[in-house]
Amino acid sequence: MTETANAPSASETVQQATTRRVSPLIVVLLVASAALLIASMRLPWWSITMWAPQYPQGLTATATLTAIVGEDVPEIDELNHYIGMMPLNEAAQFERSISIPMVIAMAAALVISIWPRNWLRWVLRLPAVIFPVFFLADLKFWLWYAGNNLDPSAALSSTISAFTPTALGWGKVAQFHTYGWLQAGFWLALAAAVLTLLTLIPLRRKGRTA
Amino acid sequence: MRRGPRLLCFLLSAALVLSACSKPTSPPSFESPSPASGTVTGLSADAAAIASERGLSPADVAAALKTYVPSGKLDEAVMFASGGHSGQVIAIGIPSMRILKNIGVFTPESWQGWGYSDETRAVLEEGSVEGQLLTWGDTHHPNISETNGEYDGEYLFINDKANARIAVVDLKDWETKQIVKNPLTLSNHGATFIDPNTNYIFEASQYAMPWTGEYAWMDEYQEKFRGSLTAWKFDRAKGRIDVEQSFAIELPPYWQDLCDAGKGPSDGWVFCNSINTEMATGKLTEDDPYFETSTAARDKDYLHIVNWRKAEEVFKAGNFVRINDFPVIPIETAVKEGILFFTPEPKSPHGVDVTPKGEHIVVGGKLDPHVSIYSIKKIEEAIASGNFEGTDPYGVPIIPFDVALEAQIELGIGPLHTVFDDRGYAYTSLFIDSAVAKWSIGSERPEDGWKLIEKVPVQYNVGHLAALEGDTVKPGGKYLVALNKWSLDRFSGDAEKGEFPGTGPLLPQNLQLIDISGDTMQVIYDMPMGIGEPHYAQIIKADRLQSWSVYPENGWDPMTHSVSPYAVAAGEERIERNGNEVHIYMTAIRSHFTPENIVVKKGDKVHWHITNIDRAKDAVHGFGLAAYNVALSLEPGEHADFTFVADKEGVFPFYCTEFCSALHLEMMGYLHVEP
Repeated sequence: MTETANAPSASETVQQATTRRVSPLIVVLLVASAALLIASMRLPWWSITMWAPQYPQGLTATATLTAIVGEDVPEIDELNHYIGMMPLNEAAQFERSISIPMVIAMAAALVISIWPRNWLRWVLRLPAVIFPVFFLADLKFWLWYAGNNLDPSAALSSTISAFTPTALGWGKVAQFHTYGWLQAGFWLALAAAVLTLLTLIPLRRKGRTA
Repeated sequence: MRRGPRLLCFLLSAALVLSACSKPTSPPSFESPSPASGTVTGLSADAAAIASERGLSPADVAAALKTYVPSGKLDEAVMFASGGHSGQVIAIGIPSMRILKNIGVFTPESWQGWGYSDETRAVLEEGSVEGQLLTWGDTHHPNISETNGEYDGEYLFINDKANARIAVVDLKDWETKQIVKNPLTLSNHGATFIDPNTNYIFEASQYAMPWTGEYAWMDEYQEKFRGSLTAWKFDRAKGRIDVEQSFAIELPPYWQDLCDAGKGPSDGWVFCNSINTEMATGKLTEDDPYFETSTAARDKDYLHIVNWRKAEEVFKAGNFVRINDFPVIPIETAVKEGILFFTPEPKSPHGVDVTPKGEHIVVGGKLDPHVSIYSIKKIEEAIASGNFEGTDPYGVPIIPFDVALEAQIELGIGPLHTVFDDRGYAYTSLFIDSAVAKWSIGSERPEDGWKLIEKVPVQYNVGHLAALEGDTVKPGGKYLVALNKWSLDRFSGDAEKGEFPGTGPLLPQNLQLIDISGDTMQVIYDMPMGIGEPHYAQIIKADRLQSWSVYPENGWDPMTHSVSPYAVAAGEERIERNGNEVHIYMTAIRSHFTPENIVVKKGDKVHWHITNIDRAKDAVHGFGLAAYNVALSLEPGEHADFTFVADKEGVFPFYCTEFCSALHLEMMGYLHVEP
């Protein structure tokens, strides 16, 4: 309402010679989305904690976009070697190697998408919208991959058969109860996706357009 | 409609972000059940049936409830007890009386690898006497380091009576860090008493003798034999005794016995009692009495009153002689400088203990039924006014007994050691009576005055007592432990009656926990001590301890508290040969050593370096090597080295001696010594 009530400024008038007028709210939403994406880069996106009788405090591994981090990661890897699971940081190496440039590119694409008024803006905004979904899908894939490609020569191979660790919520494997959940980075990216999605909802009714 | 969905989306996003904070902290299946609440008004039918079946009296049930620490719960205090001639220190939980750990000190201890690695062997070797490695000690008096007269829980000191040595145990990792050998004497007893800020660790010699290394026959006893009080300077930052800053005071050849350092108004003084001021020389002819008689001929011995602050000044001023390359303040200097005074004490006393406020010094009579209580105020006044009744044969001024004395209380037969509680009571062990006497400190309980309150029998022949922080400026009260020498029928019965006949002729000692929180003392637990003869013990509140659960970094050398130059990281394992010297750089991690097969040649000198690269609490590995007498304990992050000449050819398995994991048995390797 407010955006349509504003009178076009002189510069916008000039711009309107080539493109249609850009709503300030759209600009705010896109810039905010880009900022949220950038902010998410160094934050944890997902974590999993595993409890067992021997580990009453739990062992926690946290995924950022670039690495699996946490002081318990060596211990988890050490335990995983008994069942023949690959070290955590061997998963998703390609995705993690390109994640930072990709997020920066997505954020830049959001800002750039302020100007084009044609199908191009959809193309520029779409990656940010599907990024959280892609993350979840990739996480699920690697959990499946890690649990279903156990080294058959591992010591406990006859005790632990292939399994897929639970990404979200409670799971159980051997003597461990596990709890995986999404963390701040993911929620910021999800917020960015929602905000970006909002910019794609047609808002103007014909009658209200100036 | 236009703003509706947008607002909804914003709210949805916010809710999602908030939900990210909702992670639980532990799974439901591992949550401890909450304890039943409500007031216990009587035993349940079940509990009453058990008590009846086991023949437990209401007092027994109360004692059980006071001492039982259920699975998963922790003790509220820790008692560090000497291990006697096991040469070790034993840590015991209070009130459960469960043994927590036996700390290797003067004696090799293979579980902890104590004395087998290069690092720990070097500590044992520090305590050698004239090149002789000693593999035992007779630990007597543990003392926890203090700050402002309260235990700070950082270090523990303990003496070896058998060879006059002092050890420093670091309570960060509960490992011995240093052993110092007294260069003047071969026996001590009055150690390891410390001043309220742990500047010095005091060590009085016990059996007078010529300075170490000299020979003299008994007819030269008075001229050649000497006692000593050594002040070992403790460097807290380094966690070590600084031998260069330490000194001793020459003492007459009496047998100096127990000591205690002053606190509060008596800070700056050390008090040691003595036996054999007779200077008896034992049975030399048929007609001579034994020491046991000849050392108790006189009515009085001397309480030694030593001004250590003044002695420190004299030492720093360079006013000393060097004996066996150690600074010693001669008796004449000590007398001239006002360092050393005597006052009579009933003959052959035993314990000397300073009261919590530091105003009084309590001497246990042993052969006299009293405790004699001296006043530091009266002692200082006598010194200031020169109120002496002459000197001993060595010129040491003697303060008259009645001038220094505050009070005497008749407690019973054989009073030895005294500890204190938080209510102004003192507790003295009565060896011959086999009892503990509780008495009131007149200055702190004027309503009671200096008097015996009550006695409780203990089983049997009680030596030292330990009370919760009971020798500090703020005793904790509540718990008292009687360290009994005989257990007799406590842990052994009559085989004819079908009872457990006991543990053979060497019986465990009996440590008894006594509840001192009420009006009457109650013995509430008998603890068999089957791994040593604890003499003295100190009890510290558990929350004062700041121990590590894993070493701070991988490759940690506990002796330097830094990463060892030989530390091995994962992926850097290797074998390096330089002539016939072979360095093996090995890691241990559940459940393998790297490398697993090691080849050396007969005659090689092998330097073996192992780092436990596990970081999890309790992920300890041991290392045992057949035929070469190697046993190591590799705690999480710990590094150890050992060195040997591979003089036996053949194939030698080595393995992890700790049950580290399900594949512990498989955690092994072979040392191949080629001909």
